[in-house]
Parts: sequence; structure tokens; C-alpha cells
Amino acid sequence: MALRAQTGPYFGDFGGRFVPESLIAALDELSEAYTLAKLDPEFGAELAELGRSYTGRPSIITEVPRFAEHAGGARVILKREDLNHTGSHKINNVLGQALLTKRIGKHRVIAETGAGQHGVATATAAALFGLECTIYMGEVDTERQALNVARMRLLGADVVAVTAGSRTLKDAINEAMRDWVTNVETTNYIFGTVAGPHPFPEMVRDFQKVIGEEARQQVLDLTGALPTAVTACVGGGSNAIGIFHAFLDDVDVALYGYEAGGEGVDTERHAATITMGRPGVLHGARSYLLQDEDGQTIESHSISAGLDYPGVGPEHSWLSALGRATYRPVTDAAAMEALRLLSRTEGIIPAIESAHALAGTMELGRELGSDATILVNLSGRGDKDMDTAAKYFELYDEENPR
Amino acid sequence: MRTVGPVIRRRNDEANGALIGYLPVGFPTLDEGVDAAVALVEHGVDVLELGLPYSDPVMDGPVIQAATQQALANGFRLADGFEAVRRVTERTDAPVLVMTYWNPVVQYGIDRFADDLAAAGGAGLITPDLIPDEAAEWIAASERTGLDRVFLAAPTSTDARIRQAVDASRGFVYAVSTMGITGARSDVDAAARTLVARLKAAGAPASCVGLGISTAAQVAEVLEYADGAIVGSALVKALADGGVDAAGALAAELARGTRAE
Repeated sequence: MALRAQTGPYFGDFGGRFVPESLIAALDELSEAYTLAKLDPEFGAELAELGRSYTGRPSIITEVPRFAEHAGGARVILKREDLNHTGSHKINNVLGQALLTKRIGKHRVIAETGAGQHGVATATAAALFGLECTIYMGEVDTERQALNVARMRLLGADVVAVTAGSRTLKDAINEAMRDWVTNVETTNYIFGTVAGPHPFPEMVRDFQKVIGEEARQQVLDLTGALPTAVTACVGGGSNAIGIFHAFLDDVDVALYGYEAGGEGVDTERHAATITMGRPGVLHGARSYLLQDEDGQTIESHSISAGLDYPGVGPEHSWLSALGRATYRPVTDAAAMEALRLLSRTEGIIPAIESAHALAGTMELGRELGSDATILVNLSGRGDKDMDTAAKYFELYDEENPR
Repeated sequence: MRTVGPVIRRRNDEANGALIGYLPVGFPTLDEGVDAAVALVEHGVDVLELGLPYSDPVMDGPVIQAATQQALANGFRLADGFEAVRRVTERTDAPVLVMTYWNPVVQYGIDRFADDLAAAGGAGLITPDLIPDEAAEWIAASERTGLDRVFLAAPTSTDARIRQAVDASRGFVYAVSTMGITGARSDVDAAARTLVARLKAAGAPASCVGLGISTAAQVAEVLEYADGAIVGSALVKALADGGVDAAGALAAELARGTRAE
């Protein structure tokens, strides 16, 4: 069977539904609605029209020769998801799930968010569709992404700072699940990544795979051939699966996912789930995760809130187990260097998440050499990260500190 | 082996039904938690449910989250769970179920977990985030060891899923009283009554209701239609606020709800 044809609930040994029984009816309802929607040309047409007239699809590709000089001279082409409305690939998924919410007749949506990108995208879709919206965000993240909290509130969403556990993305997911268990009759959970219980990994992937479908054709049109490699950053893995998926059965195209290596995978402060974790159950699915001997989740660390997650989507675990995709860690320092480099060589400020893919691409380009063409998913823009970057690179005036 | 079925049947013969009490292992300390569990039984709790602290407890409300987070911060290890079961079963006759999220069992090894739980004198497992669809290995391990397995049924469960929960469970089916997470509520949802009736119609030998029960009056009300009433957060709060004596006193008060007036 073609790899692209794989659907949930299982991707090899990974996936499934490890959730309280109280949620099964809602997950079934969502699965059924999604299965019907997939077959309904009207749903596809409506979603495609939103992509065109609201998100700005297709997103362009940009070749970046000055940056590529630092990547072994390989051709480097960026897929510009950073230019989407709301600033990242997250909007692709939320528009799909918000449309589904209308179909199943619910009037309230909830979501978790780490960096705030998925929260902003969900709040945006909720505003567009007239849905009530509550966003759960770890308290640590509300502090380091205060601007996105303000954006969500301006869009009309209620933002709840989660103070349980490590106060980051994983705890925001726990709290959103608790809300869902309690309010499932009125509420749909718009999950932000390709993790979680079935149908989320498959459904979110399907809403994101437009990235790779567009990019595959765009690269063919530009270069006359498929790329040598496709790269993306991986937290939960939605932008990565989005760009990988169209290439899964192109056996000559190598796929590389870059995980957050934090302060280094030889320290305890990283979020390199596939590199350093082992299979287990978290947030409703069996997949790789960072955990101790007793199966307690280990708190992850990354300078990038969007990659700061101790789990990963089950389809990535499967692609890794099959050897179809390769997952490597990129440290905070390497990502920040790549962020500065792309800014200075090409005038494009990437999100810190996407900068992990850029740093990985620099290393990969040196390995593959100047004959290679590398397609990078530039999943988000760096506006939200300016405060982090300004502090990291000491860009604020000393006499005028923030 | 001490299983829960006979105790629940006996309590339905001699009283209105069984009182099931939950406490997390390692809270406030391993020793005090064991003393508190023993005190619950001495004051009228019929079946104990010992919860294993877990980093990501999606079914738990604030009271139990705070307790289990403290237990983890104090250095709780899975081995403490077996130790607690062993000590409690040595000191009481009540069957002891372990309530655990699934990943710790997977990491320990499902067969090894079953063997060690049986060796410690445990009665079985309640698995809040494991549905029967994903439980083939656990069902095999519990068949082999004779442990009880308690799956959950919710008001939103379809008839087919109700039948599946009944068929897969042994000991009782955990009827989730209301849509929500653990924590005391002023009134236990009428949905529980309907759910228990559906479980009975599907052939459940015993159904116990949990989530939101905190008073003797609620215990009595639930036992009008169910075989057991499960109390968690209220007991944990009593233990947190007033220590072992307070937990025992609340158990005695709750146990009044099991007696025919």
C-alpha cells in the first residue's frame, strides 16, 4: 500500500485512542462528520475557497541563494507558510476544523496552544465563524508569548492560563481535555497538531497536506525535478507532516524532521522526542515520548514554545520506525543562529520553530553538496518571537530596556 | 485472591450497597496515605481504590491533581504503589483496586504489572484512559492472574459501547455519573440513574457510580439504584485538611449512607 494512503486510527504500532470513555462519543461524532465531509465536494470547495480568499493560498515558494551559501551551496527553496494570514501554517487546520464544528452543530470551540500560533489561528477562525472560543495556554507560555495572548483576546477569545504541572503545552492539552470531557455536548476541541486520539492525527494531517501538494508542484515547475530532500521542524509535527505527505511515496526524496534539541540532547533540557524518547501513551495516542522509567512524562525544554512538547504525532513515529523519514535534534543556539542568518541574508525573519528546520537544512546541505535541492517548510514568521530574539541577541538599547 | 465482586454482592445483601473510597498513593506521605486507607476501611469503606500519581491526569479535578502532584514532588515511584497495596491488604480485609492511567502500566510491562499487583494482594485495576478497544493485552494479563478489571461507562456511551464495557469488565463497571472530571458536586446528575439502568439491561453484574459524590445523602441516593458509590475528591480533601482522623471521620459519615433507614 502507498504510504500516502495510510489512515488512522493506527500508523503501524502508533496511534489509537487512549482517552476516557466520556470522550469516545465526541471522537466518533467527529470521525463520522469528517468522513462525510471528505466525500462531500461542497466541503472541499468551501475549504479551498477559504484558503484562497482568507488564508492567501497557495503560499509562494522563495529560493534563497544567499542563505544557501551557508548550506553547502545546495539549492534551498522555502515554502512560505509564514505568509499565511495569522502568520503560520496553523490556519490551514483550524479553518477545516471550524467548518466541521459548524457541520456538527456545536457553537463553542476550545484549543490548546504553546507558542500561541494555534491559539491565534483558532481565535481567528472562531471570530470568522461566530463561535465562542476558549484557549488553554500554559502559564509559562502566556508569559513568554504575551503578545499572542493579547492577539487572542482582541479576537474575542477567552484565554485561560494553565497553572498545573509544568505549566506548558502538555498541561494546556490536559486542561483542554478536561474542559472537553465536561462540555462535550456544546463544544468541539480544535486540536492543533497531528497528535492526540484518532481522528486528530489523520484529520489534522489532511488539512495540512495542502502545503506539500502545492510545494511539490511549485518545485517541479521551478526546477524541473523533485527536491533531493524536504525538511521541517517537528514539535507535535503538523507542519512537517503537511509538507512530507505529498512526497511519502517519492522514494528518492529524503525527508528530514528537526526536533528541538534545546540545550543539547546530552542534557535533560530538550524536546527531542523521537531522538531521545521511547514509545508510550500520552494525550490519547501511542507514540514516542519523553518519559522516565515509570512512564511519567518528562518536562521538555526548547527556546521555541511551539516545539516545547514531550510527545510527537504517531505518523512521525511510524515514518521513523519505517526509516522513511529521519529525525534529528537542533539546539536552541543553532536555531537562533539560523534565524539571524536568514534575516540578514534574505530579509525574512522566521519563527524560532521554523529556524530549527533552517539550521538542520544548513547541516544537511553540507552533507548533500551543491547538487542537492532542499525544500524547507518555513512554517511561521518571527514577529511573535521578537522579544525572545531581542533579548537573545541583545538588540534592545541598554538605556531604553524593555 | 481478594476480588471486589463478592464484597459488593454482600454489601447489597446486608445494606443498600458498597461504599468505595479513593485515595492517592504517597499523599501526604506513603506512610500517612496507608494509615488513611486503613482508617477508611475501619470506618466503613468496603472497597479501596488507590490511585497512582501520574504526570498527566486528564480525568482528575483540582483536588486530586494537587494531591498527586505533591506525591510526585515527594518522589513517588511505581514500586511505592505495590508497597502501599501490600501494607493496606495486610492490615485490612477490604479488596484494594489500583486506579492508574495507562502509560505507567505500559512502561512497567503489562504482564509484570499484573503479576506484581497480584503478588502484593491487589484486587485489580481501574483504568480511566484505557477503553476496552485498546485493552487486549490487559484483558489477557488479568485473565491469567485473576485480577479484576474495571472499565468506565459514560452517559454518552452508545448501547454497543455499554455492552462492550459490561463484557470487558470484571468486578464492576464504573458508571461516570456526569460528564466531567473528578470533584465534589452539589447534585449528582440524574444521568447516572439512566446509565446504571442501561448497564443493568446490558447484563452488568454490578455498577458503581463515581464522580461528584461527597455526602452521606448522595451515597444513599446513588445506592437506591446502583451497587456501589465511589467517593474520591471529598476524602482526599478531608485527608489534606484534617489528616488521617478527618478522612476516617468522613468515611464514617459517608458509610451512614449505605445503611437502610
